[in-house]
This record gives sequence, C-alpha cells and structure tokens, in this order.
Amino acid sequence: MRKVNQISVLSGKGGTGKTSLVAAFATLAHNPVIADCDVDAANLYLVLHPDNYKEGAFVSGHKAVINYNTCTHCGLCMTYCRFDAIERKIQKDFPKGKITIDYLNCDGCRLCSRVCPEQAITMVPEDNSRWFVGNYRNGKMVHARLSPGEENSGKLVSKVRELARETAEEAATDLILIDGPPGTGCSAIASLTGADKVLVVTEPTGSGLHDLVRIMELVEKFQVKRYVVINKYDLNDQLAEEIQEWCNKEQIPVLGMIPFDPQIVHAMVQCKSITEWAPDAPASPLIKEIFERLVNEE
Amino acid sequence: MKIAIASGKGGTGKTFVATNLFYVAVQDGRHVTLADCDAEEPNVSGFLKGKTIRKKTVSQNLAVIDPEKCVYCGKCRDWCIYNAIICLEEQRKIYVLDDLCHDCGACLVACQAGAISEKERRLGTVTTSVMGSNTVLTEARADVGVYSSVPVIKAALAEAGDPSLLLLDAPPGISCPFIATVAPADFVVLVTEPTPFGLNDLALSVETLEQLEKPFGVVVNRDGLGDNNVYAWLEEKNIPLLMRIPFDKEIARTYSQSRLLAAEDASYKKKFLHLLQKIETLCEK
Repeated sequence: MRKVNQISVLSGKGGTGKTSLVAAFATLAHNPVIADCDVDAANLYLVLHPDNYKEGAFVSGHKAVINYNTCTHCGLCMTYCRFDAIERKIQKDFPKGKITIDYLNCDGCRLCSRVCPEQAITMVPEDNSRWFVGNYRNGKMVHARLSPGEENSGKLVSKVRELARETAEEAATDLILIDGPPGTGCSAIASLTGADKVLVVTEPTGSGLHDLVRIMELVEKFQVKRYVVINKYDLNDQLAEEIQEWCNKEQIPVLGMIPFDPQIVHAMVQCKSITEWAPDAPASPLIKEIFERLVNEE
Repeated sequence: MKIAIASGKGGTGKTFVATNLFYVAVQDGRHVTLADCDAEEPNVSGFLKGKTIRKKTVSQNLAVIDPEKCVYCGKCRDWCIYNAIICLEEQRKIYVLDDLCHDCGACLVACQAGAISEKERRLGTVTTSVMGSNTVLTEARADVGVYSSVPVIKAALAEAGDPSLLLLDAPPGISCPFIATVAPADFVVLVTEPTPFGLNDLALSVETLEQLEKPFGVVVNRDGLGDNNVYAWLEEKNIPLLMRIPFDKEIARTYSQSRLLAAEDASYKKKFLHLLQKIETLCEK
C-alpha cells in the first residue's frame, strides 16, 4: 500500500462552512480523492458534479417483520425486546391484543426473531442507501446517500472511507480529503479514525466555541494532528480572538481566519467552489494559503 | 403539544428558532419546557440559564464475559448483530468491543454457560433546570466519544414528560438521533436556508418526515442570502412556509454573542409569537 495522506475536515457545530471549504480544496488539489462523509446531508456532489461511474447498495440494517399467519400473539418477543419496539395493541379482531412492531424504536437486533417459538418473525434488510464513486474535474469523489429513515450512518461512513482508500490506490494518488458530518457521534468518529490530520472549521459564536472544545476533546482521543480555521471571523472579532487564545493554549495551530463573504454563498448557488467562482474574492487567496499549509505542515 | 425544531443541514438556525420560540412562549405566560435534544452538541444552555434542580446520569448495560465460565462456543458472537463480540475459539479468547454494544441483551440469551453478565456504562447526562414557576429547561448531553446519543435523548424526553407545551431542539441530519427526537412530536418545524445545500437537505428531511407521517412546516432563515429556489419548491410540494427571517449581520451578531433576538427586538418578539400561534393552528387541523 502506498502512503496516503488522509485529511478530515470536521466542525462539531453544523453550518460553519466545512463543505464550502472542502469544495475549494477539492478544486485546488491535484488529483485527490474526495470522500463526502456527511452521509445524512451530503452536499458536496452539488458543487463537484461527479459522473458516478460506480454505484452500490448499502444494507444499513434489518427490521423485524411479523408473519401473522403463524404468530400466536403469545408476547414472548415483547418480554425480550429492550428497545420498547414491540407492543400489544387491542383491536376489534384481537381481544387479547395484536403483537405489532414499532419501527421508530426497532434497532434490528434480531432477538425477537431468535426467541419466537413459532418462527413467525423474519428480518428484512434495509438496502435503500447507496454509495457512489465518480470522476470530477480535478480527481475522484466517493459519496453516499443514506436513505431517509434508515440507520447506521457511522457504518455507511466507514464504507465511504474504505471505497476512498481503494479509489486512491487505483488512481495512484496520495491525498484523500474527507468532508465530515457535524456532531461528535458515530459518523464523526468514523470520519476521523485513521486520518493523519483533522481540520476543524469553527465560527466566532458562543455555540461555535462550545462545540469546538467538544470536537477537539474527541479528536484528541485519536491522537491525530489537529488544526483550526476560524470562518466568518469578523462576525464577532472579540470571540474570534478568544478562540485563537484557546487554540494557542491547547497548542493547536490556527491555519487561517476567513472573513464573512457573501461570494461564498454566490459560488454555491452557481454550483462552483469559491476559488473557481471568484478567485479575486478576499476569501479565495486565504483559502489557498490554508490548503497549502494544511497539506504541507508536518 | 410537542413541537420539534429540526433541519437536515446543520447550522441553519434550529437553536436560534427554538430559543426564541421558548422566550416568547414564556413571555406569553405559557407552561413551557424546552428540551435540548442535540445531545452531541447541546447549545441551548449558552442562551438560556436556569437553576439546576436535577442532574441524572444516563447509562446502558454492557456485556461482560467471564473467561472462567466461557466455553468459547462462539454463539454469543453469532447472535450479536453489531459485531461487538470477538471470539477466538482455538486460542480460547473472547472480547467485547464496548463501543459497539447496543444493550440488546441477545448475547445473554445466547449463552448456555452462564458466562455473560452486564455492567453499567455511562453515556451522558440529562440536566433539568427551572427558570420560573412553569418554565423548564431539559438538556441531553452525550459524553464525548459515545457512538450513539439516542439513549441520552430518550432519557431527556422521558424527563421532560408531557407539559402543556414542549419544544424539542433536534439534532441535525436524518438518522437515529433525529428520528428519536421527532418521534413524539405533534409537529415539526424544519429550519432551512435559501441555498442549494439548504434545499437539498430540506428535501431529505421532508422525505423522512413524510415516511414518519408527521405534520411539518418550514422556516426559511437568512432569506436574501442565496437564491429563491426553496420558495418555488415549497409551493410545488404544498408545504406551509411558516416564517422568513431575513439575512442580517446584526441578527448574526446577536446570535454570536448568545443573546436572544426576541428579547431585544419587539418586532421579532411579535413575529416569533405569531410563528407559535401559526403552528398551534396547524396542529389543531
């Protein structure tokens, strides 16, 4: 295996500008593989328009389905289910109650199906989620679509990461850029395991700082090199300064500060990255510099 | 009545709308609870401070295998759908991967040797604070590094109970934490922004809520910043547009300083109260 540099972009708080920044990096880099790991709300494909030459189904989990031809409504499954996903509903034709599954609570653990004395419960795979691999103008892109209502976004992120490594191998590239999800849960964890560097994009708001501290606490557990970009820093200069001080104290390099720039939104509306759409906008040279530092810093 | 404030895309203004709705409901004399269910990044407490009256630890059961009693048959591993158990029959070694255990209890049922017991594992906290006689804040806060915040969210929902008005600040996305939060809601307010990213994620949220058969409406935040495609889309889909909040650097500044817009601007106080009444009317239908 060749040595591939995997850089993950995260934020904790949503809407700080991760995807706009990764879109700019993706159009600045030479022959990278881009992995959109925000599978709940994947947006990067809107800017990069990959041709999706490869596509596959992802089984996110299984749901229990009762066969009412054999179910005796004994309720044994209900006593085993720890997710409160099985109920006994009193209905006209079922004076003692009809055993039903509440799909909002079903975790797909299969225990009900295993304990049922009549074998009346089968597990049906949920396979509506999809992953894609495609070419875009500067390189390759892997992304996915979590089907609404399906679960296990962390596992789908791991699948995207695995496909990104395979694609990097095939394309003989040494850079994988990961656009991560907000939050600190399973999909954020799956987006940063095995990464070489993590860039956290924050904003000078009370919530931005609070979430920055939490995501950095998470990243620290994985012993990955950490970097920060402060986006829209001029919305609150004082807080931007506070964030810088916090980063200095934690010895986390701040790679740059980007002013609020409506051109970034205009670029998105045109489905272009900011560095493509407005190379002379104040943000563009700053983003270029941030990208070079991010890739080259040892 | 339970109203969830949600969005597919992060950072569109869920907490902004939820905290301002809460403020006007309190000012209107309602009995109201605001539950912050964005357990991975709870931000409501930055805007609203109450007096903490209760703090509960949320935990799950975690399988523990006694190597003395284990016969290394591998049945528990085969029954664990989450791949949380590794059993090496020949080497007579068995491990539980704590992070992957979902507390389903299947391994306990599988084990014929009585080798599996359970211990508690901490997942986070639920904090209850009061601001006045009928005003409650509930916060779900997952510990950093916990894979799934769903048990913490469910514990916060149980703690919040059934007050006459319950506002739920939902986590972003469309997967399990979002679904756990909107499951008990009578109505969902989706907050979006008028950009291609905002619209793309709004469509996913709408698809999810339609599957769940939940009534919902949309608030467009930062109106004027992007394009107008969201409005045509809402009209085409026949989805109620509940409120437009213009893009305004002053509003962004107020938010950045963790201040409440409705508390400082009488016109917004009126607008958010109007939003609350609109939602209530839609719920009664």
